[in-house]
Amino acid sequence: MPDSSSTPKNYLGVPVKRPKVAFFELSSCEGCQLQMLNNESSLLAFLDLVEIVRFREAMSGGGDDYEIALVEGSVTRSDEVERLKIIRAQARLLVALGSCACFGGVNQLKNRFPLDWVKREVYGEHPIDTAPARPLSDFVAVDLKIYGCPVKKEEVERIVTDLVIGKDIAYPDYPVCMECKANGNLCLFELGEPCLGPVTRAGCDAWCPNSRAGCWGCRGPATDANLAQMLAIMDERGFSRETVIDRLECFGGFASQVAALRAAGGHR
Amino acid sequence: MKVDCDISVRHLTRVEGHGNIRIRIEDGELREALWEVVETPRFFEAMLVGKRWDNAPWICGRICGICSIGHTLASIRGVENAFGIIPSLQTARLRLLLKHMETLQSHVLHLFFLVAPDFLGEASVLPLIRSRPEVVALAAGLKGLANDLCDEVGGRRLHPTRTVVGGFTMLPDRRRLSGFRARLLEAAEGLKQAAAIFKGFRLPDFVRETEFVSLKGEGEYPFIGGSLISSDGVTRPEPDYRLMTNEYLVLQSTSKWSKLSRDSFAVGALARVNNNFRLLRPEARELAREFGLVPVCHNPYLNNIAQLVECLHVTGDAIRLLDELLGSAWEQPRLEVTPQAGRGVGAVEVPRGILYHAYEFDEVGRIVSCDCVIPTSQNHANIQHDLTALARQSARQGLGDREIERLAEMLVRAYDPCISCSVH
Ligand code: SF4
Ligand code: SF4
Ligand SMILES: [Fe+2]
Repeated sequence: MPDSSSTPKNYLGVPVKRPKVAFFELSSCEGCQLQMLNNESSLLAFLDLVEIVRFREAMSGGGDDYEIALVEGSVTRSDEVERLKIIRAQARLLVALGSCACFGGVNQLKNRFPLDWVKREVYGEHPIDTAPARPLSDFVAVDLKIYGCPVKKEEVERIVTDLVIGKDIAYPDYPVCMECKANGNLCLFELGEPCLGPVTRAGCDAWCPNSRAGCWGCRGPATDANLAQMLAIMDERGFSRETVIDRLECFGGFASQVAALRAAGGHR
Repeated sequence: MKVDCDISVRHLTRVEGHGNIRIRIEDGELREALWEVVETPRFFEAMLVGKRWDNAPWICGRICGICSIGHTLASIRGVENAFGIIPSLQTARLRLLLKHMETLQSHVLHLFFLVAPDFLGEASVLPLIRSRPEVVALAAGLKGLANDLCDEVGGRRLHPTRTVVGGFTMLPDRRRLSGFRARLLEAAEGLKQAAAIFKGFRLPDFVRETEFVSLKGEGEYPFIGGSLISSDGVTRPEPDYRLMTNEYLVLQSTSKWSKLSRDSFAVGALARVNNNFRLLRPEARELAREFGLVPVCHNPYLNNIAQLVECLHVTGDAIRLLDELLGSAWEQPRLEVTPQAGRGVGAVEVPRGILYHAYEFDEVGRIVSCDCVIPTSQNHANIQHDLTALARQSARQGLGDREIERLAEMLVRAYDPCISCSVH
């Protein structure tokens, strides 16, 4: 640590206490954690604001006296449930970091199949322990969710800063389309590509559409998402229900919507 | 002196994913040396079944947060090979440039954030922010450049957005791209300082004869596609990768293991440098020689140096690619994709070694089966054999617990294992 004592830092002239923060990962690609190290320009300022006591990917040792736990990944094995409960008991604030933690993420795609088949497909007859992939909130109370696959580092830093200075955390409730249009992008539907921007929660600044890649809904549904209207657009543009379901179910945020679509249409 | 030693490291730090080390020495005799992988499997090869081809790179990139670009490119290559798509020269150059910047950022992350603290006697890079600010600034600068260029070419540094089957959704901005030339030149200078820092570190003296597997370079140092080679003399075409990897299952690991001509083999920067030394850029080859890294080098700790050598190589080659790209007018970014039934394999050298993605498609382009063989899973058996030999050597030398533990941790770290990726 640059400074192990909790020296008060100033924010707008007001001293704030550096909270002790720990990072944990369950079943994940560790990409969300890595986003924190990937922010070279603001990493040092961020480290000034919080005291990181545990970050296994980057440091040896570490303390168990953390106040904020940022947990990445989904739960896919019983020992992960135990680890999660211990973290919950210690942390004042438990934050689900990224789509795996919030919704099960790409990992929950295996839940489409019987578990026995899944195990055999990859490990044959070799014994292997696994359970359906689940979000953290299926097992413990989650105080805050930071969406995205991966999370947007600016957003994590802003949210943690707001936490430290005791500001209310506000999420946008409008869809990605609003940010995309504000950025002056040419709509992907005009380019002949499908996009879930009309129904997905904003906050990523239309990360994918800015690169002319259609949205796959990694942040889950916007508060006022109009799924029926988006399905009508997809139909009108000739995109199959399979294409729409592939995207809606990719990160697990639209689980109930996908179940309803499947029930209605008999899709695989 | 006869030593007793009982070491148990649960969830080794400063590596990606979850692995344990156990070493037990009694009265100078090695009883047990174990490299255990306890990571939870995520079953990517099952979740892809029934999905359409366009899902593959998007989902499979999520196998790994550190080398998501490499996974995405291997996946794309597997799909393109199945559909008989040959990417344009422009696409090939952009992909290689992107690949180079992932190699640079991953190697720098490993060398400075994960490895250097061992040599500087710290638990992490954090104390170095105070004690060695120039080292941290150097690393942050190199990583920042690599990540920024990944954003420019791939749309995003982690889980890239623009890389698709057939090419790119969008091309980089020419003016911004040309702005990277100066930063790359600066990075090449920075790497010389990095080399000077690493010259101050004493790498452990440990050698175990090993078979090394990598892509075989034809005219240039290999990163994307081509035939497969081992330092024991095996060569195979890319689609026959399974004859190179021979995966099998063991109880001590949720990751599969591999072998070829011997009980185990190694992949990664050291394997690439060993197998393709003469194809390195001259300045990179020179740097290797300064560290005593000449083929075939059998000291696994020198994988760190091989990474440093590759940093210099990819930085120089990135300047060449940049000049070639800026010297020609933009063509269309992507080709039309027509799915067809069949099988395709993509072999790509990612930071930790050779990676394979293989897919079988039905006639409408749905995935029938999928197989991914990860560099670290190919390395696990070799790590185990190295660990056993290291523990035995340490017992003979009468080293103490703490020193053995340090050497063992550094050994595993030298492989830069990406454990969650190896289990996938
Ligand atoms: S949400 Fe995405 S980036 Fe984050 S850990 Fe899961 S797969 Fe990786
Ligand atoms: S590209 Fe996607 S996010 Fe942007 S306006 Fe069109 S539908 Fe909305
Ligand atoms: Fe695999």
